[in-house]
Amino acid sequence: MAKRESTFINMFLTLLIVSSVAALALGGVYMATKGPIEENQRRVMENALQEVLPDFDNDITSDMVKVGLSPGDTITFYFARQGDDTVGVAVQTFSKQGYSGLIRVMVGMTPDGTIMNTSVLGHAETPGLGDKIEKEKGDWSYQFNDLHPEQVNLKVRKDGGDIDGITAATITARAFCDALQRAYDTYKKEILEKGGNQ
Amino acid sequence: MNQMKNFSKGLIKDNPVLVMLLGLCPALGVTTSAINGLGMGLATTFVLLMSNLVVAIIKDLIPNKVRIPSFIVVIASFVTIVDLVMEAYLPALHSELGLFIPLIVVNCLVLGRAEGFASKNNLPSAVVDGLGMGVGFSLALTMLGAVREILGSGAIFGYNFIEGDLMLAFVLAPGAFIGLGYLIAINRVIKKE
Repeated sequence: MAKRESTFINMFLTLLIVSSVAALALGGVYMATKGPIEENQRRVMENALQEVLPDFDNDITSDMVKVGLSPGDTITFYFARQGDDTVGVAVQTFSKQGYSGLIRVMVGMTPDGTIMNTSVLGHAETPGLGDKIEKEKGDWSYQFNDLHPEQVNLKVRKDGGDIDGITAATITARAFCDALQRAYDTYKKEILEKGGNQ
Repeated sequence: MNQMKNFSKGLIKDNPVLVMLLGLCPALGVTTSAINGLGMGLATTFVLLMSNLVVAIIKDLIPNKVRIPSFIVVIASFVTIVDLVMEAYLPALHSELGLFIPLIVVNCLVLGRAEGFASKNNLPSAVVDGLGMGVGFSLALTMLGAVREILGSGAIFGYNFIEGDLMLAFVLAPGAFIGLGYLIAINRVIKKE
């Protein structure tokens, strides 16, 4: 079969047809995968919430408050309750001071702000160095458990704080502290000082 | 063309990474572990296979002057499909490979085979070529990933046989270049024989 001539109308029609078919196919795949993708993201979030909070019996993913710090940057608070008691609050926080890209952390705190547990939701730090903030890669992040951000200085020792750094990944450790400090500061300002968590 | 030869040229003689040095961005970027290399290789193989197949079918319907944009649309569509399907069904691997999946679009290997081979050959040859190149690409990436994982973290396919970190440099970028250099050298020795 001979190649088609490169006339304007031929080129126009070819590109039109090629892009339309591609768009249709992609639309189909997008709709087919939309459900499972949302399901995955929800599961990651729920696992993180269960990891950092004590047992709760409320529908936690709808019992939440979003606080916008600046456009695009939001911190989300999830309240864990048992009956009418608030047993903890999970804060989805972030830091932009990482070595590469955003570090997103879920922090579980008691209602007065003591850190119970942390879970890294996503980061792009150097494999083998900065990724020790993940629990699977090292014990580093356990040192934050049971600390209250007002009783300890949430900075690495190099900066005069109370937190052990990570060898060869001080920037990452600094960013992790920054994320936790931001979680507590926002919690204090937006929730505690505005009259509790109801 | 002999189809067996057509397939096997992608493995050693014309290996896309080790001989043609195509697709080095993912080859250096994601191969911190063998499983990452294999995942990236398989994703690229799927895209190569499907784009070669479609390009071979539509090559006579496409006017010469708009062939490159048409091929790119075909490739980009398959890459997006891989991206979405992986995110839905292999979320762990998808978050590891991250940005490198959409970047398969600009992997010169894929367009290179579409333009250089599939658009000039018949359908069966194009499919076999895509498969051979994909397998060669996967092999190279898996080997590089395995070397870096063994030397860097004392593990293979996630199975730890030595505790702690070994030569950290191999997990980082320099290790990718050093490892790739040795793999190319070994490939040249094999080719000579």
